[in-house]
Amino acid sequence: MSMSSRRARLVCAVTTAALVMLGIAHAAQTSSSPQAASAPRTSTPPPTPKGPSLGVAVSAAEIAAMDVSIGPDGAGLPPGSGTPKQGAEVYATKCLACHGPEGANGINDRLVGGQGTLTSAAPVKTIGSYWPYATTVFDYVRRAMPYPAPHSLSDPEAYAVTAYLLHLNGIIGADDVMDATSLPKVKMPNRGGFSSAIQPKR
Amino acid sequence: MSKLKAHDLIPVAGNGLLPRRLFLTGGIAGLSLLRAVPLSAQQNVPEWMRAPGAPLRPYGERSPHESRVQRIVGSMPGTTGSGSSRTPLEFLEGMITPNSLHFERHHSGVPDIPPAEHRLVIHGLVRRPLTFDLETLTRYPLISRIQFIECSGNSTALYAPQPPQAGAGALHGLLSCAEWTGVPLGTLLDEVGVHRDGKWLLAEGADAAAMSRSIPMDKALDDVMIAIYQNGERLRPENGYPMRLVVPGWEGNTNVKWLRRLKITADPLMAKDETSKYTDLLPNGTALQFTFPMAVKSVITSPSGGLQMQGAGLYQISGIAWSSAGRIRRVEVSADGGKSWAPAALSAPVLPKALTRFRMAWRWNGGPAVLMSRAIDETGAIQPARDALLGTRGAAYRYHYHAIQSWAVAASGEVRNVYV
Repeated sequence: MSMSSRRARLVCAVTTAALVMLGIAHAAQTSSSPQAASAPRTSTPPPTPKGPSLGVAVSAAEIAAMDVSIGPDGAGLPPGSGTPKQGAEVYATKCLACHGPEGANGINDRLVGGQGTLTSAAPVKTIGSYWPYATTVFDYVRRAMPYPAPHSLSDPEAYAVTAYLLHLNGIIGADDVMDATSLPKVKMPNRGGFSSAIQPKR
Repeated sequence: MSKLKAHDLIPVAGNGLLPRRLFLTGGIAGLSLLRAVPLSAQQNVPEWMRAPGAPLRPYGERSPHESRVQRIVGSMPGTTGSGSSRTPLEFLEGMITPNSLHFERHHSGVPDIPPAEHRLVIHGLVRRPLTFDLETLTRYPLISRIQFIECSGNSTALYAPQPPQAGAGALHGLLSCAEWTGVPLGTLLDEVGVHRDGKWLLAEGADAAAMSRSIPMDKALDDVMIAIYQNGERLRPENGYPMRLVVPGWEGNTNVKWLRRLKITADPLMAKDETSKYTDLLPNGTALQFTFPMAVKSVITSPSGGLQMQGAGLYQISGIAWSSAGRIRRVEVSADGGKSWAPAALSAPVLPKALTRFRMAWRWNGGPAVLMSRAIDETGAIQPARDALLGTRGAAYRYHYHAIQSWAVAASGEVRNVYV
C-alpha cells in the first residue's frame, strides 16, 4: 500500500468519526431523532434507542424499599393500623409544638377546622376543610413529618396520627381504626371540591 | 452605529418615553444615561495600580464592593431551611441569574448528597425499571437550554388589598433563569419502556420532605430535562445537586430537585403539594388543580420599588418578560400610568420559556410618573391589568399572579409600588 493511499484512508476514517460525533452533537442540541446519531453511510438506519442505554436493572425489593408514595386508591399502604386515641399520644410528643393543641393555633400549618369557610373572604384550608384524600395525610406524614425527624414514625404511628387528625376534623369516630383497607374509604368533606385544569391524552 | 438624531429624542409616548430605536440602532451610545456612573479623570495613579494585586484563586468570588446584592431570605417559623430566598431582580441585568443568586424554595432544607451515593430510580408502569447515577447520566447525549423557573407563589403579596412596599426582588424574585444542561427525560423514558397506560409520573426528591409532584407524561416527553449542570457548572446544592428536573415554563414546584425517583402511574398520586398546596381556590369554593403553566408576565426592574432616582434627566428603563407559552413577542412600556404605551427594545437572544430583557429610554421631567410594562407572548397572550386578573379569580387565589406591575416615581425620586 502506498503512503498516499494509506493517508487517504486515515483521513476518511477521521472524517467518518467526526461526522458521527457531529451527529451526536446535533442530536444533543435539538433533542431530535435517534437516527441523527447513526453512521452517515447507512441510508436506512436500523432503529436505535434514543440514548446509550446505560441504566442498571433494579429489583422489586429495592423499589419497594424506596417507594413511599401512596395512591388515592390506597395503593402502597403498608400493613399496620392506628386509632385516634393512639394518635393523640404521638401528636402530643411529636406534632403539637409546631401545629398547636388539637391541630390549631400552632406556629405552622393549621390542620383542623375551617369547614364551611372556602367561599368566605378568609378561607381556612385544613385537612378537614380542604384536603380531598385521606391517603395524602398518611403519605405526607410518613414521608416528611415530624419536621425535625422525618421517617422516624413507625407505620402504626403514622396511621394513628392520621386517624387522630381525621377524628379532630370530625371525619371519623373516636374508635375508628385506620389501616390499608379503611383509610382509602374515608370520604373527605372536600372530596368533590377540585377540578383538573388539564386532561392528559388517553 | 448611527449618529444620534434630533428626532430620536422626541417622545413616543406620554411623560417622556423615547423611541426604542435608540437601543436597536445603538444610538443610545450617544446618550449619557443617568444610570451610568460617570468616569472621573484620574490625575493620580490610584493605589491599586501601585502594587501587584491579589493572587490567583481556584474558585472565584464577586467583588466585595458588590456584597450588598443578596438573596432576600425568609424561612418558616421554627425552621431554618423551609421557605424561600428571592432573587434580587433590581440589582441584576441581562437574562441569566448568577448561580449564587438563583431563587430557592425548600420544604425541608438543603440536603448534602454525596453524588456517588445518589441514584435515580425509574419504575412503575414500565417494562424495565432502571437506576441511573450521576456518572452514568453524564455519558448520555446532553442538551443545554436557557429556561426560567418561577415559583407559582411568586408575586402573591400583590393579591393584598393594599400595595406592599417592597422591591422588585422581594415581590417578584421567586423567579430566575439559567442555562440548564442535562439529559432529555424522554431518552430515559424510552429506555425503561413506558406502558401505554402510563399517563403520569410522580417525581420525588431526596430532601428530608421527599418533596413529590405528579407530572403528565405528555409534558415529560415534550421538553422536560434531568439537569446536572447550571450555567456551566454542576448544580448548586440549593438547586438540586446532583440532579433535578427542569420542567420548562411550569410552576417551580414541579421542577423537583435532588431527584431520586420517577414512578410512572396511570393517574396523579394526589401528593400534598398538588392538593393542599399549589391549587387555586375560586370564589365558588371549588379549586383548580394542576394549573401548571406560568402565564405571560413582565416587570420593570429599574427603576423599581425602593430605588432612588438621581434627579430629572435621561434614564434607562430596564426589565424582564417571560411566558410559558414560548417567546416574548413584544413588551410595551408606559410612563403615565397606562394612558399611553410604546414598545420597548427586546435584547437578543429572545428564547422560548426564558427571561427576555427589555429596555427603554426615558426622559424624566422630575414630576410624578407611573411606570408600567406589559408583555405579549408569541401566542398573542397579553399580560393583564391587576383589576382584570382579580376580577376572574376572587380574593382567595394565592398562586399564578401575573398582572401588570406599576411603580410610582415621586418628585422626590422615591419609587413605590402602586396599584393602578
